Amino acid sequence: MKVLVAIKRVVDYNVKVRVKADNAGVDLANVKMSMNPFCEIAVEEAVRLKEKGVASEIVVVSVGPPAAQEQLRTALALGADRAILVEAVDELSSLAVAKALKAVVDKEQPQLVILGKQAIDSDNNQTGQMLAALTGYAQGTFASKVEVAGDKLNVTREIDGGLQTVSLNLPAIVTTDLRLNEPRYASLPNIMKAKKKPLETVKPDDLGVSLASTNKTLKVEAPAARSAGIKVKSVAELVEKLKNEAKVI
Amino acid sequence: MTILVVAEHDNHTLAAPTLNTLAAAHQIGGEVVVLVAGLDVSGVAFAAAQIAGVSKVLMADDAAYARQLPENVAPLVANLGRDFSHVLAPATSNGKNILPRVAALLDVDQISEIISVESADTFKRPIYAGNAIATVQSNAAVKVITVRSTGFEALPAEGGSAPIVALAGARDTGISAFVGEELATSDRPELTAADIVVSGGRGMGNGDNFSHLYRLADKLGAAVGASRAAVDAGFVPNDMQVGQTGKIVAPQLYIAVGISGAIQHLAGMKESKVIVAINKDEEAPIFQVADYGLVGDLFEIVPALTSTL
Repeated sequence: MKVLVAIKRVVDYNVKVRVKADNAGVDLANVKMSMNPFCEIAVEEAVRLKEKGVASEIVVVSVGPPAAQEQLRTALALGADRAILVEAVDELSSLAVAKALKAVVDKEQPQLVILGKQAIDSDNNQTGQMLAALTGYAQGTFASKVEVAGDKLNVTREIDGGLQTVSLNLPAIVTTDLRLNEPRYASLPNIMKAKKKPLETVKPDDLGVSLASTNKTLKVEAPAARSAGIKVKSVAELVEKLKNEAKVI
Repeated sequence: MTILVVAEHDNHTLAAPTLNTLAAAHQIGGEVVVLVAGLDVSGVAFAAAQIAGVSKVLMADDAAYARQLPENVAPLVANLGRDFSHVLAPATSNGKNILPRVAALLDVDQISEIISVESADTFKRPIYAGNAIATVQSNAAVKVITVRSTGFEALPAEGGSAPIVALAGARDTGISAFVGEELATSDRPELTAADIVVSGGRGMGNGDNFSHLYRLADKLGAAVGASRAAVDAGFVPNDMQVGQTGKIVAPQLYIAVGISGAIQHLAGMKESKVIVAINKDEEAPIFQVADYGLVGDLFEIVPALTSTL
């Protein structure tokens, strides 16, 4: 089967972000960017499906700035076969991305689309579910295990009380949770080979997609700072402080 | 304005985050209608009708909604939602699963995990693991929103007597099916609703050592949480994880034991009223947010703390 994986270029998860002085957003100038960690897990899962002989072709797609080519090349180095970049400059809403991905799904006709459950910048946790709605496919969100069983897909999902398993008709949409797998590193030979793999660039207009949003970010602020308290010397002092000063026990 | 709130429940009891979501609905203002979709949910619908300020309860009782599969529930919510100004759900795993599908069916953008209501169309929500707070305005005809329960004080569960209206015409899309579930059982309070949370990290060393935390938690009537490191190392199940990708808690007292305090963990607990850190590394970032820090070996401190209480 053909597997489509959507990836996003985001601020590296180790970076401590700073809010811009004019409150217009977060300062992304000269900050290290990487593939969103949940998207790495999505790529890894697709590659494992290919290694098992379940997937025949892996297509990675990103909807974002031209620089997202770097992350697509990374995905190609990890084992994807070809890449598509839907070039868009503005910060996109999840629905806009889902609409662009829907157009790619219509064109590529994958049996399975894998996305991360959320991007660590916008923290929306929406795109996979929205893509499922637009395509009319079943969704297996927050997946910690994915198994193809004939023409169905069994997905074990992380839910608030534990785990839940659902069976989905293919084609289906899956979003990855952290425990689905441990992504591999790209080797140098594979990074070199990835440079020769095909990477197609399209514009949203070519796909007939409007990227307008019904949401507008008015401002972005730093959260209220929490300052360090005091260090206590002993357990007795800690209990005394919690009882008499903080009054929480 | 009329607001539709999708109730969180397990077919038997109305879950607490519904009450926080209703509090957010009240801040928006207007009439509030609660939707209870499930199987054999008359008890849940009755409980929802008792909440003060609820004007009506819609009950969709059908086998198609038994497991709240989004393929079946989202079309129901979207069809009802067209007649409302806002559709709200708690930002639980269920709410996060269903609501974006509803938003896309309504062709509007969703606002996820709001922590405050600025006006009927403007909301605040954390981004970048809680390191920035965005103020977002929606001009959508129907505003689709998930609510972070720790951002809103729960409404009292009594004082109302709303009518219950049963909905007919359920449809099973048949593209997905429930296979099974594996729920963690615990006598301790639920993590997101507990007044006191004791959490362990990689410093616990192994799963058996969590018994130190369970004993302390039982003395305090606390819930037990964990950092991602402890979950990934297999010490405890993943539903105990506190953080950006786990559960968000804001208890009166949060005791972090053997947790370094990575950004992703802080995102899940830094709204706690009082934070206590117990760690042998005095440079650990957790001490930068802790009200009370104790540097030392947790295997001496935790048992001593348990016996002192």
